[in-house]
Amino acid sequence: MSVLIENARVIDPASGFDGVTPVCIQGSEILALGEIPEGFEPRRRVDARGRWLFPGLIDLSAHLREPGEEHKATIASETIAAARGGVTTLVMPPNTDPPVDSPAEVELISRRAEQACGVRVLATGALTRGLKGEQLAELAALQRAGVVAVSNAQHPLASPLVLRRAMEYAATFDLMVALSAQDAALAGSGCVHEGAVSTRLGLPGIPEAAETAALGMILALVEQTGARVHVNRLSTRRGAEMVAKARADGLPVSADVAAHQLFLTEVDAADFNPFCHVIPPLRTQRDREGLREAVARGEISAICSDHQPHESDSKLGPFAETRPGISALETLLPLTLRLVEDGLLALPDALARVTSGPAAILGLTGGRLAPGAAADFVLFDPDGRTEISRETWLSAGANTPFMGWSFSGHVTETWVAGRPAWTMPIEVAV
Amino acid sequence: MITAAFPARPLPQPGPLPNDLQLTSTGQLRHLLTVEGLSRELVTEILDNAESFANMNEKAVKKVPLLRGKTIVNLFFEASTRTRTTFELAAKRLSADVLNINVSTSSATKGESLLDTLRNLEAMNVDMFVVRHQQSGAAHFMARHVEPGISVLNAGDGRHAHPTQALLDMFTIRRFKGDFTRLKVAIVGDILHSRVARSQIHALNILQAGEVRVVAPHSLLPAHVEDLGVHVFHSLEQGLRDADVVIMLRLQRERMEHAHLPSEHEYFQLFGLTQRRLLVAKPDCLVMHPGPANRGVEIDSAVADGAQSVILQQVTFGIAVRMAVMSMVMGVRSA
Repeated sequence: MSVLIENARVIDPASGFDGVTPVCIQGSEILALGEIPEGFEPRRRVDARGRWLFPGLIDLSAHLREPGEEHKATIASETIAAARGGVTTLVMPPNTDPPVDSPAEVELISRRAEQACGVRVLATGALTRGLKGEQLAELAALQRAGVVAVSNAQHPLASPLVLRRAMEYAATFDLMVALSAQDAALAGSGCVHEGAVSTRLGLPGIPEAAETAALGMILALVEQTGARVHVNRLSTRRGAEMVAKARADGLPVSADVAAHQLFLTEVDAADFNPFCHVIPPLRTQRDREGLREAVARGEISAICSDHQPHESDSKLGPFAETRPGISALETLLPLTLRLVEDGLLALPDALARVTSGPAAILGLTGGRLAPGAAADFVLFDPDGRTEISRETWLSAGANTPFMGWSFSGHVTETWVAGRPAWTMPIEVAV
Repeated sequence: MITAAFPARPLPQPGPLPNDLQLTSTGQLRHLLTVEGLSRELVTEILDNAESFANMNEKAVKKVPLLRGKTIVNLFFEASTRTRTTFELAAKRLSADVLNINVSTSSATKGESLLDTLRNLEAMNVDMFVVRHQQSGAAHFMARHVEPGISVLNAGDGRHAHPTQALLDMFTIRRFKGDFTRLKVAIVGDILHSRVARSQIHALNILQAGEVRVVAPHSLLPAHVEDLGVHVFHSLEQGLRDADVVIMLRLQRERMEHAHLPSEHEYFQLFGLTQRRLLVAKPDCLVMHPGPANRGVEIDSAVADGAQSVILQQVTFGIAVRMAVMSMVMGVRSA
């Protein structure tokens, strides 16, 4: 189908373009930007006057709980939540049940995603069999099946030697290794940042060194092996500084941060709020500011949702017994745009952290608006409001500490491959 | 058509806890979950009420009808002898009916959630829960989810709080020392894992104790402990100097297994309380211990049984303090 979108303010962080211009769509791709090609006869015209048009978000870490934990969420339920939040591509960590350690699981996931609303679901393969941290999974087979990276999710590896071998083997196929930087022994049974709040609440803490020690090991092995490594979900200022220095030294390392880490701190968990139980933990205000600065400078080039939906029972219990994680697909864009209101980033730079930034990390051609690129984009009304409320929430997991927050602007349509994957219901449009 | 016998109650929702969970809108004690945040007036009121119960406990007839007809459930998810029995005695002396439930041998091992346990006991129309649980925040969680009108008393949650223990310790100190403002109080031992120490530190600061000290090796101190309002010492000699009160904490054997300490022997050499070490404290320094004491590990028998020890008085006063708290949360006062 051919579509002409007129009068939108088109913002493409990848090229730096920002202006009102027509966008022509042919089939699943963008045909032209700026001028309408001769002979282009759109079957549909969209008047987007007053609205912004920018690339669909690419989320580097979203747990969809399928296969294996469908009582929490499904690929169908979470991709529609993603589309509502402006996310058109998301990367699933491999810790499903069974884990994504063979091509069969990759195929299952892509089949389920095809039956859903159209949001692109990219699988991450398991680094080790069963995520047990000992024997390597068949990484080349996983790569052929279409995984964009390999990872052991939050599961520890048996030894630094396994990590070294995994990096070397993955580097053979130019396969990116995505890692969580948390030393399992130093983290222990911790459930909050080790500091003033953990001391007051008597909760076991996770020290900053759990991240920096793991990161030190990872960076040393990147230098040794030359493997392409992406660090998921940094939580400390010191960790962000270590990654920045490694990048400045030319190491093939990138990093992301979960959006909630840029807004919340350990203090938010101080009333035993189970919605602030998340791993890595919310840390200090100094860490939050350090992470923000690293995002502003582009040393952290992607903001992810770290979406982890849970059923209500998972959050009903004494703090340490509740399951960690935040349902976050629907707050990724609002929080990222709040960084613009906070004066941290210009609008195109903020959008880059959730579009072209993650695309570059994955080596994808998406995350930008250009002739020939996929027609994955968001139509956004900057004058509307996004109220985070149970009534409008779409994810199967309502476990968010941002319930009740109000944000400027809202997504009116999310398009994937030239077709709307989500359109704001009329009754909500006031 | 079948109609519901009871109105449906809203589904429990997880979420943050209100700040004033343990107080009523008029500032009365509704639950006792933590000492932190209580006013000096309220703590003093608890101690004053306990004073009248302590006098009563010394009489031949030790029972008053203040809580007649009330049902109190001692819900213990962790083993305890002293705390559970003193709560039980306190309840019985107030004429309440008491039910003791040891959950570690009950349905929790069958996978029943804390909320389900709570709901089932509520269905038996109880008035108060006394709860001990291995998880920090468990008493707060229960207080958030109990029916209105039911009180929750925290008898120890994880490493977080043990408010009645701290209050009975304050009661003991006040009995022997009077004014808090000139006192130097040293808490010695495993501060990291101790809910008792956390509650004592809050209580001492609320009562404006002259100086609160903690004495321990780095490996047994929690991060930023000084933020709780204490002076940190790593040497027992320095920490005990001119102290008016020394509180020894129990050292658990598993601390050696998890590399917090090399051995009980070395710990006793460095941090064990002996008569000789006690000489640097004030001559009338009180020696306290929340029990059960490990003799020869954190405290020498000669000190535990010595003239300065008030360890057994702590147990006695514990009953009076728990009677005071139980009657206050039920909205009744002693005569």
